[in-house]
Amino acid sequence: MLNPVTNDRPRHEPHAATTTVWQALATVTDPEIPVLNIVEMGLVREVSFEGAGVHVVITPTFSGCPALRVIEENVASAVRAAGFPHVEVASRLSPPWSTDDMTDDARSKLEEFGIAPPQPHGGLIQIALDAPVRCPRCGHPDTRLRNPFGSALCREIRTCQGCQETFERFKPL
Amino acid sequence: MTAADLKSEVSAALVERLTALADDELVLGHRNAEWTGHAPILEEDIAIANVAQDEIGHAVLWYGLVQELTGQDPDRLAFFRGANEYRSSALVELPRGDWAFTMLRQYLFDTYEAELLPRLMRSAYTPVSEVAAKVNREELFHLRHSALWVERLAFGTEESKSRLQSALNELWPLVPQLLAPLEGDALLAADGIYPDPAELAAAVLGRLRTELNRLELTLPALPAPPAAGARSDRGEGHLAALLAEMQSVARADPAAESW
Repeated sequence: MLNPVTNDRPRHEPHAATTTVWQALATVTDPEIPVLNIVEMGLVREVSFEGAGVHVVITPTFSGCPALRVIEENVASAVRAAGFPHVEVASRLSPPWSTDDMTDDARSKLEEFGIAPPQPHGGLIQIALDAPVRCPRCGHPDTRLRNPFGSALCREIRTCQGCQETFERFKPL
Repeated sequence: MTAADLKSEVSAALVERLTALADDELVLGHRNAEWTGHAPILEEDIAIANVAQDEIGHAVLWYGLVQELTGQDPDRLAFFRGANEYRSSALVELPRGDWAFTMLRQYLFDTYEAELLPRLMRSAYTPVSEVAAKVNREELFHLRHSALWVERLAFGTEESKSRLQSALNELWPLVPQLLAPLEGDALLAADGIYPDPAELAAAVLGRLRTELNRLELTLPALPAPPAAGARSDRGEGHLAALLAEMQSVARADPAAESW
């Protein structure tokens, strides 16, 4: 049985070194979404210690996302900078990442940044995709899909019927 | 089931199938990428580039499973094999054509994947089921997009409909080759690693017939199903031309570590 992702692990983990590593990981951002760190995005699957080394497992958002390699490198250097010279970063596909793995904090930050956050969907992605989306700029509830693809694999482009601004939404995945 | 559990003949059959899956994704992704900067409108330029990037990302995952079995580097597989070593299908190799041709091809391929991937998610070989689960989530966006385009073209203008019908006349006879079993597929099906090719083909063709009839398109007659392994029987030159361009940078400096 695979563990569901918990994004509040640092608070529940008594081991000091583990806490330090999780704190270091929380300084790593997704280069395509600079306001979110990879812990609140739910991209970190595992932190473990093997002898003197730290083993970090992350999962990709979209499999074609070019940010994955950059994130892997940034994870390694953040953990090294936190005082762990031997770090190994691996990628794991299963269970596949879902926007439901994001924390509520992450959703709020996205909205403040101007990207409409993905609605929690509990697996019903098609329904979440077609559900109403609130404009992150003016809060108007009536927005229209303009392009199901956007500036990054994770986003679509919408237009607000209230303020007429064009904005992006992080797609429910 | 993991790599250590596979008998050598099953492993060899799986490498062939994974290579075919990866090659289809890579070649289709590259064909779609040819539209970047040339699509009919800006929104579609962005959309097709996204779809292309996804397909190439999926190719990387399938090549990654080949690497687990053979140790071959995905970049070497993509950039240093010749056309005769590729196992892609003719459907994805044809030049991009007009927008109707590109969207219909994408739709046919997306529908095939919509039937294939849920079956692969039940594969007894764990790495295949994991990759299929990942890819399946992303493919939802492709099928929604290409299905909408095909419908729009079918019920649009006289010209859009006639262009779509011409594309179908060319592409439909190639669908059986996409669905044809490779020589080792029976071995994989017996172990629950890959679905029964005949059952998969019937599901894909049935779904496509229903949908294309609803769009009031005329389906040309299908050729007799090709023999097993027919993918390697080629000679049209489309793939060779595509690879010449796609591989030129990597081959210019094969020892380069990063480019």
